[in-house]
Amino acid sequence: MSEPLEITESAVASAVDAALAAIASAGDSAALKTVRTEHTGEKSALALLNAELRNVPNDQKAALGKLVGGARGRVNQAFAAREAEILEAEAAAQLAAEAVDVTALPSRITAGARHPLALLQDRVCDVFTGMGWEIAEGPEVESEWFNFDALNFDADHPARAMQDTFFVDPPEAHLVMRTHTSPVQVRSMLDRELPLYVLAPGRVYRTDEFDATHLPVFMQFEGVAVDKGITMAHLKGTLDHFVKAIFGDEAKIRLRPSFFPFTEPSAELDFWHPTFKGGARWIEWGGCGMMHPNVLRAAGIDPEVYTGFAFGMGVERGLMLRNDVQDMREMVEGDVRFSQQFGMVV
Amino acid sequence: MRVPLSWLAEYVELVPGTTPEDVHAALVKVGLEEEDVHTFELQGPIVVGEVLEFVEEPQSNGKTIRWCQVRVAPDGEQAADGGDAVHGIVCGARNFFVGDKVVVTLPGAVLPGPFPIAARKTYGHVSDGMIASARELGLGDEHDGILRLSTLGLDAPVGSDAIGLLGLDDAAIEINVTPDRGYAFSIRGVAREYAHATGAVFRDPVEQTPATDVSADGFPVVIDDRAPLRGRLASNAFATRIVRDLDASKPTPAWMIARLKLAGIRSISVLVDITNYVMLELGQPIHGYDLDALRGGIVVRRAEQGERFTTLDGKERTLHAEDIVVTDDRGPIGLAGVMGGAETEMGDTTANVLIEAAHWDPVSIARTARRHKLPSEAAKRYERGIDPTIGAVAVARVAQLMVDLAGGTADAGGSLIQTTPARDAIVLPDGFVSQLIGVEYTNDEVHDALAEIGGVLTRVDGGFSVVPPAWRPDLTGREELAEEVARLVGYHRIPSVLPVAPPGRGLTRSQRLRRQTADVLAGAGSTEVLSFPFATEAENARFGSVDGSPVASVRLANALDQSTPYLRRSLLPGLMAAAKRNRSRGLVDVDLFELGLVFLPELGRDYGSAELPVGDAKPSDETLAALDAGIPPQPRHLGVLLVGERIAKQPGQAAEPVGIVDALDAVRRVALATGAELEIVQGAHQALHPGRTAELRVGGRVVGYAGELLPAIAEENDLPRVVAVAELDLDAVIAAADPAVEASPIGTFPAATQDLSVLVDAAVPAAEVAAAVREGAGELLEHLGLVDDYRGQGVPEGSKSLTFALRFRAPDRTLTAAEASEAKLAGAALAAERTGAAIRD
Repeated sequence: MSEPLEITESAVASAVDAALAAIASAGDSAALKTVRTEHTGEKSALALLNAELRNVPNDQKAALGKLVGGARGRVNQAFAAREAEILEAEAAAQLAAEAVDVTALPSRITAGARHPLALLQDRVCDVFTGMGWEIAEGPEVESEWFNFDALNFDADHPARAMQDTFFVDPPEAHLVMRTHTSPVQVRSMLDRELPLYVLAPGRVYRTDEFDATHLPVFMQFEGVAVDKGITMAHLKGTLDHFVKAIFGDEAKIRLRPSFFPFTEPSAELDFWHPTFKGGARWIEWGGCGMMHPNVLRAAGIDPEVYTGFAFGMGVERGLMLRNDVQDMREMVEGDVRFSQQFGMVV
Repeated sequence: MRVPLSWLAEYVELVPGTTPEDVHAALVKVGLEEEDVHTFELQGPIVVGEVLEFVEEPQSNGKTIRWCQVRVAPDGEQAADGGDAVHGIVCGARNFFVGDKVVVTLPGAVLPGPFPIAARKTYGHVSDGMIASARELGLGDEHDGILRLSTLGLDAPVGSDAIGLLGLDDAAIEINVTPDRGYAFSIRGVAREYAHATGAVFRDPVEQTPATDVSADGFPVVIDDRAPLRGRLASNAFATRIVRDLDASKPTPAWMIARLKLAGIRSISVLVDITNYVMLELGQPIHGYDLDALRGGIVVRRAEQGERFTTLDGKERTLHAEDIVVTDDRGPIGLAGVMGGAETEMGDTTANVLIEAAHWDPVSIARTARRHKLPSEAAKRYERGIDPTIGAVAVARVAQLMVDLAGGTADAGGSLIQTTPARDAIVLPDGFVSQLIGVEYTNDEVHDALAEIGGVLTRVDGGFSVVPPAWRPDLTGREELAEEVARLVGYHRIPSVLPVAPPGRGLTRSQRLRRQTADVLAGAGSTEVLSFPFATEAENARFGSVDGSPVASVRLANALDQSTPYLRRSLLPGLMAAAKRNRSRGLVDVDLFELGLVFLPELGRDYGSAELPVGDAKPSDETLAALDAGIPPQPRHLGVLLVGERIAKQPGQAAEPVGIVDALDAVRRVALATGAELEIVQGAHQALHPGRTAELRVGGRVVGYAGELLPAIAEENDLPRVVAVAELDLDAVIAAADPAVEASPIGTFPAATQDLSVLVDAAVPAAEVAAAVREGAGELLEHLGLVDDYRGQGVPEGSKSLTFALRFRAPDRTLTAAEASEAKLAGAALAAERTGAAIRD
């Protein structure tokens, strides 16, 4: 500070002009910060002029104070405006710099999948629990009594030889890999209160060769209803409802006379759908019938009072029909591509 | 059962033009399921030709061919292929003579194969067609030479159609016969069913032949069963008839060969063919003995245990005391219902035949056929039960055919034992069928349906008394009768009525949590697989129970693959095989899980039951409990396996190889999905990396393990060095998890965060230090996280520096820094006391 300051209009105007010019020329927030220090800081011209107000005579204080205050206001206003401009531009520049190719970003998740057979089985269970049925399960190594005898398979019944059964060693212990989910029927009747509406899904075993249409280990679900006044019409109604729920309203069923030791009358379930590969037609999908009175008796249920129906179907075949799987082997090989084409939805 | 249509048409009206498909469509309605259609698969022109002349021409290959001139159309007429009436044909066979009538396949014809016939140059001639052998026509296996019509006793004009002449224009339907419908293993039964399905007129073949009369000099037969099986006599019907002075060398007529062939039975000789023919027609198996080879009369008895007998296939068999044998003075001459003996078999020189049509106890036959592994056509019928009342007709029908086709004379009468018990009548109350089926049948409908199947009905108080027909041993109760009514009236009449179940409770907790577990794992990138539960001995030796307690293995008596006779004790071997398969197919980064049963019998315990409850009644509670106790434990496990990279290299993202971390994360997800409070501690497993194995506990119970496979085991299974695995007893996890969460109030006062670094012996698990800090810091400590485990510069050898991030919060006030520090130091103090951890500055 070489010479004393004098508050003059020209001095104020010159300081304001210099400040405004510097503000206008500041290109970024750092430059603007410097400008702020230089032109509004303690040692800036305007600050010094402002400080000089202390020394002016009282009669000039109001006029000069107004002069300096107005000048500082103009500079601060310009500064704020420029600051907003710069911040906006800088924010925009940052956003622009942060742009990415959304198609080239890494993904930290991998695509997992449920097995479609499990998904389909879950869906089947949901259809039945939706009707008030409950889901029952049982062991896969099963006593022959539950697998055969209690289901009216006499020890010498040809059907017992017809079923190609895995026996647990030694065979004299009468343990088998269950050949169907029907033993769960018997267990449910023994364990639960009547009336009984139960679905039993699970793995079953037959000594079939392993090829495109046969698996030695496959999945079935078995439905059982035991109540007063149950008729074959109820069986048909249940199956009708079920196939429509799983395959859509166009699906329909047909019953065809057949034979199973544990049902009388017995029927094969044929199933029709317009979108089958190879054209709309009837396709066999399981067996069913009215529970044989001997089966009810074996579970301690009086067939004079109660009647029941039972049905059983293969989940693999359901998946083949519904989702056009061509080769059953794909279902058990564990190739992740098979499950991953379904993901979490069947 | 295969049914030639021409044969079917003899006993039920088939509208002209009825196709095999039409017959299938009709039979399926009454429960005979379609299997296939069989034809001779040939197409004309195939005509009768006459050999006019031939020249024998030796060839350089050593063969001698005949260059033949064969008349294939009457003189002056065109042949069926449009060619000349005489065709030049090269023939390799030399079993014929000039003047023989033969079967000529003309150019344009197709033989089974398919083998199209065309004029072709061969051996220096243009052979304009082919002279056919029986085998080429699909008629038999005979390939000794070409078929001469005279050997079949046939003659027909030159140029006439040979396809019809030989019965090769017939077709057979094949149906699946369910075990209850033994009678449908006959033309008789199928014709009856076709009549049921269509209303066509049925002519019972049994009524077309008069039954053999019983005569005093009939062949002597005695049934001497001293050990009836389950109270049933070995035989309650045994009919015989003798035919004498037969010419066994007579040809079987072409129509019979063709029908047998379509029915799936090979022609052997006229006498044998007739017995098979009558079995197919009536469903009554027939046995023919060479009468001159018999010594004395026939006695039917049970075999002596260990008695030996050579069946006609030349095999000597050791008999069982339950086997039924037909014997003469020398001993067994037939294994009843299953196979005859070699010594009394009908042969080429047989002149006199004893025809037998017997009924055998189904259970005895089923056991014998299974025991000796002789599933014959006869046994198939006996096991299911035949009509026991038609033996006398059947032997008469055989005798008639033998006389017609092989000369000879039948004895006027025969012998007959008929002790068949009368069928019990079944009382069918009015309304029973309607109540079971859900269709309002009238009494007339019920009556007519049961009468149509052959039942004899009488009206009793409030219902019908029904005596089922002799050919339906399966009809034993009113439910069976209800099925007959329902199927004859038609299953299409059954309406669709949805029953209303009482309100259910949805999935059980276990079912819900298992499903949620699978969903959570799949959602986190794992792929569910389903493996076969068969295991090798080595796999089971390596993986047992999840807690390491010793267990046995379940072994199958009849495994499909002899190398995997055991049931799995662990899901990991299956997952390893699946991982290997994926990698061999180029999918190197694999994250798999499986949910399924494993089989964990207790060591040294015998499972199963020597005796099973018998009878239709409910077994006692004790018996049922014993059956259940005999079933080996089979808990539901969850297995996880990862190999390769968990995250692949991507722009700005380095690859993250899998490791034990991923196995533990999978386990934590299971804990999340099941609500289980999981404890992870250092563990050991014989198949896992000794330094990278975690033991998993819920509620203090060991429920599984996780870690990395031993590199040697990974290598042995063609997997990379690092294979992250985990196995959990999911049933145990769910059982040990709290079924319901008890909520705590959520504090809203500000948190105070502080770090704590301690120096501790490197062997001390971080979890132990953390537990001590947690306990010592008390209730103010809301959360503790391990943020660093540092070893190296600044840390003494054999020690490590653990850094925990601590978050404190009070429920009722803003904590001061001093309060938080005090709690932290209390935690550090307890850690120091318990683990020797020293606080670092």
